[in-house]
Amino acid sequence: MEANYGYSDGSGDYFIIVDTDKCNGCGDCVTACPERVFEVAPDDYGKKVALVKESVASKVSYVCPGYKPCSANVETTCHTACKMGAISHTW
Amino acid sequence: MLFMGIDIGSRGAKGVVIEDNQIATAFIGDTGPESVKTSEMVRDNMLAKLGMDMSKITYTMATGYGRVLVPFAAENVSEISAHAKGAHWYFPSVRTILDMGGQDCKAINVNDKGQVTKFIMNDKCAGGTGRFLELIASVLGLRLEDIGQTSLESKKNFPFNTVCAVFAKSEAISLMKKGTPKSDILAGLHDAIAVRCYNLLKRVNIEKDFTITGGIAKNQGMVAKIKEKLGMEPVLAPDPQIMGALGASLFARERYMAKQNAAPAS
Ligand code: SF4
Ligand code: SF4
Repeated sequence: MEANYGYSDGSGDYFIIVDTDKCNGCGDCVTACPERVFEVAPDDYGKKVALVKESVASKVSYVCPGYKPCSANVETTCHTACKMGAISHTW
Repeated sequence: MLFMGIDIGSRGAKGVVIEDNQIATAFIGDTGPESVKTSEMVRDNMLAKLGMDMSKITYTMATGYGRVLVPFAAENVSEISAHAKGAHWYFPSVRTILDMGGQDCKAINVNDKGQVTKFIMNDKCAGGTGRFLELIASVLGLRLEDIGQTSLESKKNFPFNTVCAVFAKSEAISLMKKGTPKSDILAGLHDAIAVRCYNLLKRVNIEKDFTITGGIAKNQGMVAKIKEKLGMEPVLAPDPQIMGALGASLFARERYMAKQNAAPAS
């Protein structure tokens, strides 16, 4: 499943995308993200996967600065932590 | 065996009971300030219609915004998975779903098994949701049920370049003062919302068949606009508002059966 969390508003598209077919539920993104954006839980079909916390999805652009700005400041980001290449950002 | 699905949305509370792969009963009410009481109200209304008590219901699952606040549900599922399953039950050929709810909009791709393959939601502002349409209806002094029909009577779309609830409301008020017909204001707003939905849909794969679920799917003016933007005729369930609750009842059946099969034979 390609899960898109976030929104578009007047200023742009703010989505964090988790490809749950690639995700193995290891949880490395959960510990890597300084803003604690992710959690690992079973999806509705019983597969343990990473997801963007419900409390974060409605304000992603305020919680996460966007991938480029984050990677300039943080050594291990959600993208580099994920060995499966399951996470992407639209901003 | 009977299975119950409860969908506590931000505006509406829905319930479905299925028996032998048929809808035995369904109920739609308003979500009150207390989700727990709301869910019990939905349950009790359905049980009264069936003339049964809860002991006859084999398994219950909840979905929707308030899904964790349904004390008698054994498990819960996300609205996205529930709508996908409900839509697939009605129309196995459905691959694209637009769910227009009380406070958000979602675009979903579903496979031939009724499982979600892709989804996107617009999770932030009220524009283009049920709550927004309620607000506009009250500004124009119309009933929510009537605005879709009224928009269809428009001769000329008034172009709105925003569906931001705050701006659209004040724009609607000033247009009314200038004597712009309500139908034109509504046609313009429905158009703006449809564009927004189309932009959301473009981020998933727009494939046939296409359906619209949620309470707004009952608004004919909205359905007409979305059809126009998409160039695709939607297939519509008899009551698209109960889709989430139906999906939850189907999940209840599936989970219960899986548990039975997993349990060691006694
Ligand atoms: S880009 Fe940085 S802040 Fe944003 S989700 Fe990834 S690790 Fe967290
Ligand atoms: S690091 Fe990648 S594979 Fe591991 S849980 Fe996160 S998204 Fe899934």
